[in-house]
Amino acid sequence: MAEISVKEKMAIERTKMPEQDALERSRNFKEVNLGLPLEWAVREAQRCLACKKRPCVDGCPVNVHIPEFLAKLADGDVAGAAQILRVDNALPATTGRVCPQEYQCEGQCLRGKKGQSVAIGWLERFVADWAAQNLAPDKAPAAQTGFRVAVIGSGPGGLTAAGELARAGHKVRVFEALHDTGGVLRYGIPEFRLPKRIVDQEVQNLRELGVEIETDVIVGRTLTLSEIREEYDAVFVANGAGLPMFLHVPGENLKGVYSANEYLTRANLMGAWMDDPCGTPIARGKRVVVFGGGNVAMDSVRTAKRLGADAAIIAYRRGKDEMPARKEEVKHAEEEGIEFHLLVAPLEILGDEKGWVRAVKLQKMELGEPDASGRRRPVAVEGSEFELACDVAVVALGTTANPLLTAAEPDLKLDKWGNILADENQSTSIPGVFAGGDIVRGGATVILAMGDGKCAAQSISEFLKGKTPKAPEKAA
Amino acid sequence: MFKVISNEEIAPQLHRMVIEAPRIAKARKPGQFAIVRLKPGAERIPLTIADDDPEAGTITLIIQAVGYSTKEIVATQPGEFIQNIAGPLGKPTDIEVWGKVVCVGGGAGTAVLFPLAKGLAQAGNELTTIIGGRSEKYVILFDELSAFSKQTIATTEDGSLGEKGFVTGPLKRLLDDPATKPDAVYAVGPVPMMRAVSDMTRPYGVKTIVSLNPIMIDGTGMCGGCRVTVGGKVQFACVDGPEFDGHDVDYAELAARQNAYQELDEHGCRLDAALA
Ligand SMILES: Cc1cc2nc3c(=O)[nH]c(=O)nc-3n(C[C@H](O)[C@H](O)[C@H](O)COP(=O)(O)OP(=O)(O)OC[C@H]3O[C@@H](n4cnc5c(N)ncnc54)[C@H](O)[C@@H]3O)c2cc1C
Ligand SMILES: Cc1cc2nc3c(=O)[nH]c(=O)nc-3n(C[C@H](O)[C@H](O)[C@H](O)COP(=O)(O)OP(=O)(O)OC[C@H]3O[C@@H](n4cnc5c(N)ncnc54)[C@H](O)[C@@H]3O)c2cc1C
Ligand code: SF4
Ligand code: SF4
Ligand code: FES
Repeated sequence: MAEISVKEKMAIERTKMPEQDALERSRNFKEVNLGLPLEWAVREAQRCLACKKRPCVDGCPVNVHIPEFLAKLADGDVAGAAQILRVDNALPATTGRVCPQEYQCEGQCLRGKKGQSVAIGWLERFVADWAAQNLAPDKAPAAQTGFRVAVIGSGPGGLTAAGELARAGHKVRVFEALHDTGGVLRYGIPEFRLPKRIVDQEVQNLRELGVEIETDVIVGRTLTLSEIREEYDAVFVANGAGLPMFLHVPGENLKGVYSANEYLTRANLMGAWMDDPCGTPIARGKRVVVFGGGNVAMDSVRTAKRLGADAAIIAYRRGKDEMPARKEEVKHAEEEGIEFHLLVAPLEILGDEKGWVRAVKLQKMELGEPDASGRRRPVAVEGSEFELACDVAVVALGTTANPLLTAAEPDLKLDKWGNILADENQSTSIPGVFAGGDIVRGGATVILAMGDGKCAAQSISEFLKGKTPKAPEKAA
Repeated sequence: MFKVISNEEIAPQLHRMVIEAPRIAKARKPGQFAIVRLKPGAERIPLTIADDDPEAGTITLIIQAVGYSTKEIVATQPGEFIQNIAGPLGKPTDIEVWGKVVCVGGGAGTAVLFPLAKGLAQAGNELTTIIGGRSEKYVILFDELSAFSKQTIATTEDGSLGEKGFVTGPLKRLLDDPATKPDAVYAVGPVPMMRAVSDMTRPYGVKTIVSLNPIMIDGTGMCGGCRVTVGGKVQFACVDGPEFDGHDVDYAELAARQNAYQELDEHGCRLDAALA
């Protein structure tokens, strides 16, 4: 197609994302963002200036070849764009939706310096969705190495590693503790932000590649890491950070008080929102208060709204600018009528005579001097306590490492938070055992977990070079 | 998918099911449980692993059909499948050699008690077992428990079998007689029973261990839904328990939390009234 001049590129305004109407979507679980039409996507891609320094690529944790895939898309060659994307990013349909782009690729985009960045995330999503519809998934490579690799956990870290290892010709088996795959992608992030068909499709692609997935295996309980090591030539551990943090204020064990993990698991993994009579129940509050300001808090409060709450309220210790949630989620939440109580800290959860939550007691905060993280530290305002009525409260403070797996492995070195220590190749203190994702980083992001999974897969192939497989593949 | 090998009704609404689950059969120790999900869309519910046969690759569950999920599970016929069974979960029982031990089981709790009692007996403890039920047909596993107990006592509320009354009757006698005073008591059953037993043994200073049964989802420490307060500290029953020192448990909180989903509708209405 004809060259577009820089001037012409600069004149194109950033595309809008078609969305479900805010009022309507606040009562259903369908995806908020509807996706770009092809013409809009191509036009948006044409805004990219193909900068020499490629700041966007530096902003992406896995260094997606952004200008290259955008150039193909700008030419209308979606298949070409998809091919470039898939080299760096195993789950682009997911990252395009959930990456905090404003801090990563788009945060560095040159066009964002004077105006609005290229909508890299939306374009990544567009290309990935198109590819899922139009391109056949990879098949297992003909040449198999005979090595067997175990992957523990089927979150984004484990799924990415499994795919890369299978493409390298290893026989891969994924062990997952829950009854379904996807980790946080399935039990945490709600349908309206990441439709579960995307996780299903990715898992299906892995199966096509010959990856075996065994659910209901809790490593550390059903099998130990040591037992797995006896049978497999290498192991990648990506069991996430699945231990919820609580506030440790009085009243936290009242009925109607949930950790975000429990609340979202009931809603997402167990399908409590589907009105299935035999399904798992959830307290559908009329007034729901959620503590926290991250993605987990936004997901919880927006779920509460969709479950029918008249008032779904965020209570956060700092100000709106300090919220760690993706900016798009905060914007969507505001549009959906989520109420924000900023600069408040919980003192107590108050119950009725039957042991149900009836209100939360909050204290106002002021922003003081910046702390070590550079964010201004909230300081309590004396005498500012007040009560906020609610019938459900959700604690969304974040998660830490779950010791179920690691407690059984004294040789596996951990840091003081219980995370597994891994080097830049994702190797742990046990030879042949690699680890990545949230269990190494603490609560992090999808793309970082995927990056670790990819890196670990390469390290594992490297580690296996010159070795003999433990159990030569039995003829099936 | 986990194949049901056999399914027999051993008391009204109480089923013993043997199920193929080779990995769990191999790993399981007394005191541990599994999370069972019958089919897509069904709830995940915790059930104690009553017994295992690692050779045959099977586990035994003893299930009281009290509500939706348990009724559906016990309706599964031999040859049919259970979609998901994950385990073994929870800390295994700390099988200590105490000397004289009294094991107290109430209702379906007797099923949870059975593997503990067996483990304690195998370790060389001298067991007196007290099991209670509403009437004769609800007293379960009497013969099985008698096989390794020095003495087995049944109590029924209507006197149709054994002693009329509650399990605490014979327990009090055993505590009061220096010749039979136990070195430890294990109690598993409905919350009011575990509470009554703990209250009774406290003044005697007899170590009392109970197995708690809060509502659970994952059973791996991920959701925190199973939290209980023990000795003023919040514990997750699925990973820190399910067994705890009976003298330290906040039973009122446990009982309240267990009933949460029965009371849901009422709860919403009360808030309306409060805000009106
Ligand atoms: C509600 C919520 C919203 C989020 N939103 C975003 C977002 O918008 N953008 C973003 O980038 N990040 C987000 N995150 C963070 C992101 O989801 C995580 O960083 C990422 O999922 C980590 O991937 P992982 O593969 O390391 O672990 P996980 O996704 O946690 O997966 C771990 C898997 O291992 C399984 N497992 C655990 N223990 C065992 C065991 N012993 N044996 C076998 N299997 C085991 C678990 O069941 C799980 O399936 C969010 C997190 C939450 C909770
Ligand atoms: C660690 C553990 C081990 C258990 N082992 C066994 C066992 O070996 N055999 C057995 O029959 N049961 C056992 N239970 C109890 C069993 O999990 C519940 O009976 C079951 O979840 C009820 O589900 P439902 O859908 O059939 O009943 P629901 O319709 O949910 O409830 C029916 C009744 O059961 C009560 N209930 C609900 N959930 C629980 C619960 N988790 N614990 C106690 N009461 C509950 C309700 O208050 C109600 O009165 C165990 C529970 C735990 C936590
Ligand atoms: S993976 Fe995430 S950070 Fe990287 S380009 Fe895609 S959306 Fe941006
Ligand atoms: S920084 Fe922005 S404009 Fe420059 S190459 Fe990257 S996406 Fe294109
Ligand atoms: S059942 Fe979820 S933490 Fe115990």
